[in-house]
Order: sequence, then C-alpha cells, then structure tokens
Amino acid sequence: MTLRDVRIGKTCKVTKVHGEGALRRRIMDMGITKGVEIYVRKYAPLGDPIEINVRNYELSIRKADAELIEVE
Amino acid sequence: MGIRIALAGNPNSGKTTLFNLLTGSNQYVGNWPGVTVEKKEGKIKNNQDVTLTDLPGIYSLSPYTTEEIVARDYLIDEKPDAIINIVDGTNLERNLYLTTQIIELGIPVVIAINMMDIVNKNGDIIDIEALSGQLLCPVVEISALKGTGIDEVVEMAIEIAKGDPAPIKHNFSGEVEHALAHIEEAVVHDMPPEKQRWYSVKIFEGDKRVIEQLKIPPDVLSHIREDIELAEKELDDDAESIIINERYVYITKITEKCYKKAHKGKLSTSDKIDRVVTSRIFGLPIFAAIMFFVYYIAMQTIGKGATDWVNDVLFGDWIPSLLERFLEPSLPAWLYGLINDGIVAGVGSVLGFVPQLLVLFVMLAILEDCGYMSRVAFVMDRIFRHFGLSGKSFIPMLIGTGCGVPGIMASRTIENEKDRRMTVITTTFIPCSAKLPIIGFIAGALFGGSGLVAASAYFIGVAAIIVSGIMLKKTKRFAGKPSPFVMELPAYHLPTVGTVFHSTWERGWSFIRKALTIILLSTIVLWFLLNFGFENGFGMVEDVDNSLIAKVGNAFSWIFIPLGWGNWKTAVAAVTGLIAKENVVSTFGQLYHFGGELAENGDELWTALSNDFNSFSGGHAALAGYSYLLFNLLCAPCFAAIGAIRREMNSAKWTWFAIGYQCGFAYLISLMVYQFGCLFTGDYKSHIIGLVAAVVALAGMCYFLFRKNKYNENHLLTK
Repeated sequence: MTLRDVRIGKTCKVTKVHGEGALRRRIMDMGITKGVEIYVRKYAPLGDPIEINVRNYELSIRKADAELIEVE
Repeated sequence: MGIRIALAGNPNSGKTTLFNLLTGSNQYVGNWPGVTVEKKEGKIKNNQDVTLTDLPGIYSLSPYTTEEIVARDYLIDEKPDAIINIVDGTNLERNLYLTTQIIELGIPVVIAINMMDIVNKNGDIIDIEALSGQLLCPVVEISALKGTGIDEVVEMAIEIAKGDPAPIKHNFSGEVEHALAHIEEAVVHDMPPEKQRWYSVKIFEGDKRVIEQLKIPPDVLSHIREDIELAEKELDDDAESIIINERYVYITKITEKCYKKAHKGKLSTSDKIDRVVTSRIFGLPIFAAIMFFVYYIAMQTIGKGATDWVNDVLFGDWIPSLLERFLEPSLPAWLYGLINDGIVAGVGSVLGFVPQLLVLFVMLAILEDCGYMSRVAFVMDRIFRHFGLSGKSFIPMLIGTGCGVPGIMASRTIENEKDRRMTVITTTFIPCSAKLPIIGFIAGALFGGSGLVAASAYFIGVAAIIVSGIMLKKTKRFAGKPSPFVMELPAYHLPTVGTVFHSTWERGWSFIRKALTIILLSTIVLWFLLNFGFENGFGMVEDVDNSLIAKVGNAFSWIFIPLGWGNWKTAVAAVTGLIAKENVVSTFGQLYHFGGELAENGDELWTALSNDFNSFSGGHAALAGYSYLLFNLLCAPCFAAIGAIRREMNSAKWTWFAIGYQCGFAYLISLMVYQFGCLFTGDYKSHIIGLVAAVVALAGMCYFLFRKNKYNENHLLTK
C-alpha cells in the first residue's frame, strides 16, 4: 500500500520511500522516513495535493509523489 | 576584522523576524551571486563589529535546491566565525534535523529555540540543559515575536565565535561510523580536523558536488565505495537514506529525553482555522474572497487612488507646471523637453507605480506572514503545475490584470527558482489595465466596439501563459531536475507589524532602485529618437514624420509585413508602447496629427486608421488590426515592467531571454492569426510566403507542445 491509498483521517506507518534524486531526498528531509507515523488530514479543494501530519507538523504532498511512499 | 555570524534555520522558523530584530534598519539586501535568492546582511544593533548574514531558509544541506547550495557554499567557503541556528520550538524534530547537519560543519554553533512563548502557552516543556548536553552546543530560549532572549543569543554567539567548534559526536550506527572512519582516513585526513566530519559524511552520502569538488582519485573512490556498499548491504538501504534515517532516529532519541508535549493529539487553533479555510467545501470560496479582497484593495481602491494621484496630480500637474513656470523661460527648448518629457515623464512612470506596489506588498507580506500564502499554493497547485508554474503563480497573474509591474514583483513569493522565472516571463501576457486603451482603440476602429475583442484578449492572454508554460518547461532552461512539491503548511499566526513593514519596504525600495535606472535611460533614448531628426539639418523636429524614430521605423517596418501592418506608423506606435502601453494610442493621435483630446476625434482617427490598415493589408483591415492588437498585448511589456523583470531575474541574460521570448511569441501568434485569417477569407495568393512561414510556425509550436519531455520524463517512475 502507498500513502496515496490511505484514507482521510487514518494514520499509517512508513515502510519505504521509493523514487530517486532530489524528490526522494526532499521527501525524506521533511521527515518522512522509515517507521514514522503519518496522519492523512485532508485533500486540497481540487482533490490534489494531500495534507498530512508528520512529526507534529503539516505537510502537503502531491498524490503522484505520495505513491512513492510505501506504508502499512 | 570584525566577527562574522551566519543565521541559519528552516523556513517559517522566525528567521526573518529574528534577523530584523538583531540588525534593525542596518541591513543590506542583495542577491547571492548568479541566482535569484535574496541575500541579506547587516550589522548587529549596538555592536558594529559583528556582521550577521541571513542564509536562505532551508530544511537540509542537500545538494539539490538553489537555496541549500547557496547556504552550504557560504558556510563552507566563507567559513563564518559562528552560526546562530534558529529552531522552531513548536516543530522540534524537523528543525533539529538541519541542526544535526550544521553542527558537523566544524563551525561553533549556538542554537536559538524560537517561539518559546507558544511552547510555554501550550504547556509543552523543552529541557534546554539536557538538549544542550546532547548536542554539545549552547542552547538559548528566545521569542523573536516578543523579543525575549535576543541579547543572550548575540552574546553567546560572540563568545563562541572566539572559541573552538563543538566536539563531534559519533551518533550514527556502528556500520556507518566504521565507513566514515575509513573515508576520513583515505580522503580527508589532510584537512583541518574540524572539517573532516562534514566531508566524510557527504562522501558517504554520495554527494556529487562534494565529490567533484574534492577531485578524489578513482582508485581511492572505488576503495571507499566498498566500505559504503558494505554498510548499505548490512543496513539494507542506500547510503543517502541511511544517513537521513539515522539522523531522525537520533533526533527522536533526543526529543524523547528533552521534550514533553502537554496535550497529545489535541487540535490547535491553527488546525481549527485550517479545517475551514482549506476544506473541500469552503476552500475555494474563501480563496476567491481573499484574492478578490487583495485585488480590490491593491489595484482598485487604495492602491489605484494613490497611484492615480501620483500620476495625474503630482507628475501630471504639479511638477510639470512648476517646471513650466521656473525652467521653461530660462532653458533652451531641447533641454526643457529633455527634463519635462524625458526625465520627469520617465521618473514619473516609475514612481507612479510605487504607491500601488507598496499597498500590494503590504497585502502580500500579511498573506505570507500569517501562513495563508502556502495555502494558496496548496489550493492552486493542481491547476498550475501542468504549465511549469507554482500554485503561487496565481497571485502574480491576478495582480497582472491590473498592472504587470507589481504582478512580476509578486512572483517573489514563489520559492522554486524555475517556477519563479516562468511566472516572471509569462505574467505580462495577461492584459494589464494600460493595455485596455489599445484594446478599446482597435475594437472601436475596426470591430465596431465589440466587447468580444476585450474578452478574446483575456482569453488569449491565459492561453499564451498555458502554451508558453508547456513549451518552455520542455526546454533545457527549465527542465532538468524536477522541482519536488513537498511543502510545509506552517501554522497560522497573526502577522507582525515589523515583519510586514520590513518586507514591504525592502521590496518597494528594490524596485525603485533597479527599475529607475533602466527606465530612465530607456525613456531618454526614446525621447531623443522621437524628438530629434533631420528637418532643416539635424535638430529637434516639429513633425514626428521627420524624427529619427520614423527613419528607424521605416527601416524596420518590413518585418511586420507578414503580420499585416508593415508600416512605419504602426511600428513606431508599438515601440512607444515600451514607455507605457497606453502610449500606443496617443502616438497614433500624434502620427495622424490629431492633437488634443482623443475622445473627441476618436471617430475620425478610427476612420483614418481603419483606412490605413486596409491599405497595408490589401483589404484585411480587421485581421491586420487584430494581429496588431495581439502583438501589442503579448510583446515585451513597458520599460517599468522590464525593469521589474530585470530585478526579479537578477540576470541580464534571463531578462533578454524573457523579452526575446515574449516578442518572438507575439510575432509568431500575430503571424499565424493574420495569415490563417487571410487563408480562411479565401485570399492566399498574395501572401504565399507569409502563409508558408505561418505553417512552419504552427508546426514548430505543435512540436514543442506535444513532444515528449526528454529532460525529466522518468522522475516519477517507482523503480
């Protein structure tokens, strides 16, 4: 399962971050690393991007990029 | 030499507020060399020996974004005496992630935990002593908002600047430390000991910039690769991720010891606000309302009123009448003309924008400071990302309908350099209010005043942005590394007067300074061309037909023959639009010798123009007129806007690229409209060369629109 599939209001745990280069580094730099819990807060009014809570702050991430984050 | 201190921290950590507090008005704002990232420096208040450099807000010292590269190059190459690392106390984990990287640089660091007022209010507890013990560097509690703890930070920074950097803590796992030790031994053992840690971690990560910079011999490189691969195998991850993961693991350990959150899972005020403000139902209406409000205040009411006053009263009446009274009698006509029509008009055209700009900047600063600006990007991202733009590009485009100058300046809020450049290039495609007279003029002269002309102008403006976005983002200049949109949505808070004031003043002043030089020079040159020529020998001319610009226009007007208006009058009118777009209309008034009020002679002028367009184009007046209109809407904007482009691009090369692109694009669009228009009306025989050119242009444009993006097609592939 990836972060994209997690429904609003649910919490999940990161198992792996895919992708490469700047994008992957950025995702991980922002604190989305193995084992961290992510709470999916909402979708933007137009349906994309997603707003999540990670390490006690709010982060927005596009659905296409959320697909790179494997969760359980 | 004095002490140099760098201020580093995450975006939204209160860095700018702290910088303003520490330096007061004692600031120098410029750009980091070669990039559009702002560089701010200042002397510490009451201590002129200490220079503070504000680094761009960053999350990490990775080699990927411009901001990060600028910050780390400065820290490594310029080696400041100390670093103040500002850390948002309400967002400890992610902020400390940068801290763990900064303390590896071998420079003394003092950590300033900001927003302590909010931390205390929430009932959370940060054990400063323990934190300091863990990180091995001094930690100070501050609140930049309330101004507490500020002096202490400065004193501490000055004190540690004289001492040694903190000892390195070996906090990575055994496998990693083992590899790091090997790298230190093999590659960086000649460096000063305090620098070795940073370089060996970077080499372990496989940081290309560092590896290139150090010119490591291939045999050594392959030797250390073995160590790295061993660690990667044992920890089942790639080296870069291992480091990031272990940093966060280390931070979690620290925060468990030093940080106690009072209410877990309780919604903060900011969360409650955000629940409504960006919700699916209310998100868009609220967005529209806020945008309307910003536009209404800045472009319609206060901003427009003030700008109209400066334009019409100050520079339109007071100063000219003063000049007339005191200078005209005593000066030769040419000098008076230079001062009145050249310099005063030029300066006036710049300063006229200033009140409007300042009002807009206040609005933008409030939006940024309170945290809504990130939500603008959040709400609009879905639409804009397809065109290589940021969701935040919405604001420049919206403001651009009023005036392109503040529109371009509003692009300052876009973090990503590529998105910002793209926005700067495309913003002026939107018809600004100064282009409305041209639209009205052409519509009146050739289309019976049809409202459809104006509507189509806006439609084409938006289409031009979209088409340009799609085409440009596939070019080498804009492609390359994709810009990740993983954006923090900072907590809402009330904007502070100081921050808003500072940001407004800085942006306003930077416009005045940069734009004034370009505009003044260009206006004077154009004034000269318009007013001098050969009448009875060289000198000032009475009749524009004899001016230098008419000669230039005659020499170049053939370029516009394929567009249907290859005539020096139309060409010259378009050029005078560079001073201000509404000039196009008044130039026609001059060229056709209809002095005085245009409105009264509108009908006559319209007829004359309509007849002329008919004769240039062999009977296609409407098409030629429309092609002329499009060219004026899309080509290079006025000098003031070009000055703003120059300011935002911070590069002559990029400014010329922008202007060149705009003019080229305008030319091709007008060419296609005119030529295909002629084709559809059945007249193609007389235009065969132009028609071929238009077909080629269309084919080229389609190729650019639909070709695959060879530069970043694979960035989204999940292995």
